[in-house]
Amino acid sequence: MILVFCELQDGKIRKPSLEALSEARRLADGSGKQVGAIFAGGSVAGAEEAAAYGADVILKAEGPSLAAYSSDGYARLLADAVKAKGASVLLAAATSAGKDVAPRVAARLGAGYAADVTGLAMKDGKLQVQRPVYAGKAFATVDFESAIQVATTRPNVFPVAQCPKAGASEGLAAGAADFKAVVKEILAKAGGKVDLTEADIIVSGGRGMKEGANFKILEELAEALGGVVGASRAAVDAGWGIPHSMQVGQTGKVVSPTLYIACGISGAIQHVAGMSSSKVIVAINKDPEAPIFKLANYGIVGDLFEVLPELIKAAKALKG
Amino acid sequence: MKILVALKQVPDTETKIKVAAEGKSLDPADVKWITSPYDEYALEEALRLKEAKGAEVVAVSVGGEKAKDILRNALALGADQAVLVKATETGDPLAVARILATFAEGKGFDLLLFGNKGFGADNGAVGSMVAELLGLAQANLVTKLELGEGTFRAEREGDGGTEVIEGSLPAVITAQRGLNEPRYASLKGIMAAKKKPIEEVDGAIVTATVRVSSMVLPPARLEGRKLDGEVPAQAAALLGLLKNEAKVL
Ligand SMILES: Cc1cc2nc3c(=O)[nH]c(=O)nc-3n(C[C@H](O)[C@H](O)[C@H](O)COP(=O)(O)OP(=O)(O)OC[C@H]3O[C@@H](n4cnc5c(N)ncnc54)[C@H](O)[C@@H]3O)c2cc1C
Ligand SMILES: Nc1ncnc2c1ncn2[C@@H]1O[C@H](COP(=O)(O)O)[C@@H](O)[C@H]1O
Repeated sequence: MILVFCELQDGKIRKPSLEALSEARRLADGSGKQVGAIFAGGSVAGAEEAAAYGADVILKAEGPSLAAYSSDGYARLLADAVKAKGASVLLAAATSAGKDVAPRVAARLGAGYAADVTGLAMKDGKLQVQRPVYAGKAFATVDFESAIQVATTRPNVFPVAQCPKAGASEGLAAGAADFKAVVKEILAKAGGKVDLTEADIIVSGGRGMKEGANFKILEELAEALGGVVGASRAAVDAGWGIPHSMQVGQTGKVVSPTLYIACGISGAIQHVAGMSSSKVIVAINKDPEAPIFKLANYGIVGDLFEVLPELIKAAKALKG
Repeated sequence: MKILVALKQVPDTETKIKVAAEGKSLDPADVKWITSPYDEYALEEALRLKEAKGAEVVAVSVGGEKAKDILRNALALGADQAVLVKATETGDPLAVARILATFAEGKGFDLLLFGNKGFGADNGAVGSMVAELLGLAQANLVTKLELGEGTFRAEREGDGGTEVIEGSLPAVITAQRGLNEPRYASLKGIMAAKKKPIEEVDGAIVTATVRVSSMVLPPARLEGRKLDGEVPAQAAALLGLLKNEAKVL
């Protein structure tokens, strides 16, 4: 069996989890395996949706002890489920929770682990993956030598595919809350906005934005296009009040949106590492020699303070 | 208090990656080696705790002879002890975690500090794995850390906002940018570090769980087109292209 750790948000399965689930279904079909979707939480209402995306079995661990996320608590639960089901592969989306728990599960099971994979296959009965290394400056093919294989899938890479299956529901014991560490509260919840790593469209600003207040212009464009705002490290470091969570690059978020619009960003190697796998890249920069133009599908050479208002107008006209 | 800081030696972030002739690893020619950027925050946090509360800081790296450079640097910055755990790094995070866990076990560490991700292998895994192998609490991607009596409170970057994690010590903490601002080594520190020993121990023998079978460079992106004309015309043209040619809107 291939088990997939799935995350719920507001009663819906998160898109990165659906991507992992769809990919698990594809692997299972090619190798005669079953797919199990596993959910954990105070409530897991909405888990049934997994049947539509290829889950033969839906495993539900529900109870007050799981209401607050715990790395060690969730790792124990997932490892126990892998063992109980005799699963050979565990997948999770490379979200903040997925990346937190998956290595811990792997260590508990003595399983090999590959993070942030962008390609998956079964080879000689074992998982074989492709994954970016050196922050996307190279790609490695990784073979597993362990009996159990654990991997996290990079968001926005794999397609979500509907594939209705039985989705037989099974309960798992939630267990006692004797955890070593738990999440006590979540501060400054980013008001419903999707995380950069999950966004389809990102409008990023760099030092060329001149000051933090000008990021409002980017917000307006992002809103008109249905995207979110990112930043270069120079913009984050400038003291403009832009949080590090918005930084794209080698020491920030590595993103693969459908559309990445870089505004006033030169295209330093560390920034490019974080966004070069975007499907389409647009650069707006007043310097025609800026390295960012080397990888941009479309470039506008000009003053962003003149270009952006026109783009906003055009975007509103297009969408409106 | 006793603190372990795990330091990985990695290629400078400016490095243009070239693949070695065997097609599986980085060609090390012309590579400048540095301490993995996030590990610098881990070391800085240990040094600040030492200054604030008193602590013994042990810097550890798993690798070969060359890794002594980053350990020497850790001594120059203020680490009390530096240990090279000799083993060949193959990019298997569980192998490194087992070697580090075997080293740390029974030595009475109250806190084990890691980078959240080692540049290069980019696994973001070794810290959590060591926590599991030693049965300890963990908090990853930490931007703020406070210690109590046998407890910790950490803030971490989660997808939905900043998560506040509370747990028991000993614990594994992996550092994220924002945790602190790392210091530079003073000339005095650098001179003193030259005289300090770097301990060497053999790494535990572990079996590989993953192996890189090939490494390739990503397909080059073709340079696209620069638009021309008046600004409003360019803006309209761009949106037209995004919608009709690239089909992303
Ligand atoms: C260890 C390490 C890790 C790093 N990690 C990251 C990372 O994760 N992410 C990251 O982004 N960087 C990272 N960097 C920093 C990186 O090297 C660059 O310094 C940074 O990306 C530059 O940001 P920028 O492009 O916004 O600024 P600059 O390089 O200063 O570029 C500003 C650009 O704006 C243009 N411009 C200015 N005014 C206008 C205008 N009115 N209209 C149009 N264009 C204008 C300029 O022509 C210029 O090209 C890292 C560096 C190191 C050493
Ligand atoms: N060879 C190593 N020696 C010492 N510490 C390491 C080594 N590899 C990884 N680490 C630590 O584990 C962290 C995460 O690494 P990784 O899981 O490879 O991304 C790094 O930031 C280091 O703190």
